[in-house]
Amino acid sequence: MSKKEWPLWEVFIRSKQGLSHKHAGSLRAPDEEMAINNARDVYTRRSEGVSIWVVESKNVVASDPSEAGPMFEPANSKIYRHPTFYEVPEGIKHM
Amino acid sequence: MTKQEALFEFLLRKADDSLILGHRLSEWCGHGPILEEDIALTNISLDLIGQATELYKYAAEVEDKGRTEDDLAFLRIEREYKNVLLVEQLNGDFGKTIVRQFFFDHFEHLLYEGLMNSKDERISAIATKTIKEVKYHLRHSSEWIIRLGDGTEESHDRVQASVKDLSRFINELFYQDEVEEILIKEGIIPDVKEFRVAFENNIEKILEEATLKLPEEKWQLTGGRKGVHSEHLGYLLAELQYMQRTYPGMEW
Amino acid sequence: MEKDNLEALDKNFQDKVDREIKIEPKDYMPDAYRKTLIRQISQHAHSEIVGQLPEANWVTRAPNLRRKAVLLAKIQDEAGHGLYLYSAVETLGADREDTIDDLHSGKAKYSSIFNYPTLTWADMGMVGWLVDGAAIMNQVPLCRCSYGPYARAMVRVCKEESFHQRQGFEIVTQLARGTQVQKEMAQESLNRWWWPSLMMFGPNDAESTHTAQSMAWKIKRNTNDELRQMFVDATVPQAELIGLKIPDKDLKFNEETGHYDFGEIDWDEFWQVVKGYGPCNDERVAARKKAKEDGMWVREAANVYAEKRARRNKKVS
Repeated sequence: MSKKEWPLWEVFIRSKQGLSHKHAGSLRAPDEEMAINNARDVYTRRSEGVSIWVVESKNVVASDPSEAGPMFEPANSKIYRHPTFYEVPEGIKHM
Repeated sequence: MTKQEALFEFLLRKADDSLILGHRLSEWCGHGPILEEDIALTNISLDLIGQATELYKYAAEVEDKGRTEDDLAFLRIEREYKNVLLVEQLNGDFGKTIVRQFFFDHFEHLLYEGLMNSKDERISAIATKTIKEVKYHLRHSSEWIIRLGDGTEESHDRVQASVKDLSRFINELFYQDEVEEILIKEGIIPDVKEFRVAFENNIEKILEEATLKLPEEKWQLTGGRKGVHSEHLGYLLAELQYMQRTYPGMEW
Repeated sequence: MEKDNLEALDKNFQDKVDREIKIEPKDYMPDAYRKTLIRQISQHAHSEIVGQLPEANWVTRAPNLRRKAVLLAKIQDEAGHGLYLYSAVETLGADREDTIDDLHSGKAKYSSIFNYPTLTWADMGMVGWLVDGAAIMNQVPLCRCSYGPYARAMVRVCKEESFHQRQGFEIVTQLARGTQVQKEMAQESLNRWWWPSLMMFGPNDAESTHTAQSMAWKIKRNTNDELRQMFVDATVPQAELIGLKIPDKDLKFNEETGHYDFGEIDWDEFWQVVKGYGPCNDERVAARKKAKEDGMWVREAANVYAEKRARRNKKVS
């Protein structure tokens, strides 16, 4: 008998209307419909969600953690992208 | 038979269906074919036990003799349980459990859609909640029927054998007697005869996709609604009632 | 050159751990850290899954509808927790089925507590109150574990477990204020579960081989003895409140330390059960193996169907 496991899926749940889907965890399922069913049974037993996305884990493309420095640190020095960088005179409102 | 007696009897029949099937599914807990499915079966079991609880509660109120939902669920004798024979059948392998569920879900789906329009507000409220659960059960069992039927040769043969074995109990789902006749007249329950054809079309469509067939032979069993059961029920009740029978009158 | 590089990576890793920066799956981690995590998390996952069995033993005999539903929901949560944890193990490159095979071959351990039998309904109460109570003591600090996926799984587990201990204590409380028969049932059950529950925290610190390294890696936040003491301190007053007697003649409150002193655990029994000679070791593993073997054709059918369908869809498009 084949020992082949069901593929691994990543599960994303929208907890309520207006919010983004957020990674909830993973599970095994033979196909996309079963993955949705299993995600519902495993990850929304306590009304945690109103919508589910599933993505087969092998299809997720990730950045390389060893490249985290060049990827993300250059943004740290660009503090002028944040509103707190700027001085606003006392008494100015709605800015 | 008064309308009240008929209503009580009908509620018991449906509550017993849910309780006994919920009990059977709970036997899978911890033993499912894969973790994800263990969790799914338990969800269905929990839905059924919840439905049974609501139906017994209402039955106890209709009866108005001071019995509680637990008295009804745990303290009747074997002949007083009115569930259909299908739901008390042994779990067998996972395929058999799914076939049992598949027939039951398709029937429940049509029944509860009808019950949503009941003139009895309590029943229509219970049905409105239950229909959502049933629709999910239906989706779950139907998807599995297709996968097992059209999966491997082994899975096809196993599930085909269960279809043959359990199709003997289909007719009884549509059983009607004085109880139903009174309630149909009152607009409390739908006439299930009217959706027999829809039921058959629905299951046959899925069975066909699953490369499965209902047997030609239409030999059918019945008796559950009158409390005449298969030998399996006695053992189920022995476990179900163990605590209440061994320690009479105690609170848990 | 390579050795220097490895040392630098190890140093950088420990530095992150010290600064409470979580380690994520694809980050560099020392091999021993990975192995320790795989061992610990899979052991934890196995405990959840095997832990379903002693309670599932009573599902069909639960005394009323409410208890039946609650017990089922709780056991189902345990399956869910096992699943979250197996997922965390998979992020470390350990395949779930291989991990489970290690359980079945006896290579991997699980919490010994689940090798004790559940003999009466009161045991459902004790499992919730004591076993889940002890588990929570162990698990809450794990929410801050240095490995991200494990910590996140534990946050979810702890959130869901909060009702487990309460439902157990509710069962025990109901028995303790019930009839004489019920009180005796509760006390008898407590007598059987108390010591095995204390054993759940593992060997004494002096005997514990993994503790120091695990604490340095922040996989573990408290020692076995610290956690055991916390459990005793929390549980003894609860027993007193409902009129049950902890079966330990040496148990008494120590005014000086502010903690309860308690008797010596029977470590022979502890090691016997760990080695596989507990009352239910064989049955538990056999039940899990059977579930897997019986489910093989089902899992295979779903795979084959998925392949067939993928082929058909290709033809159509």
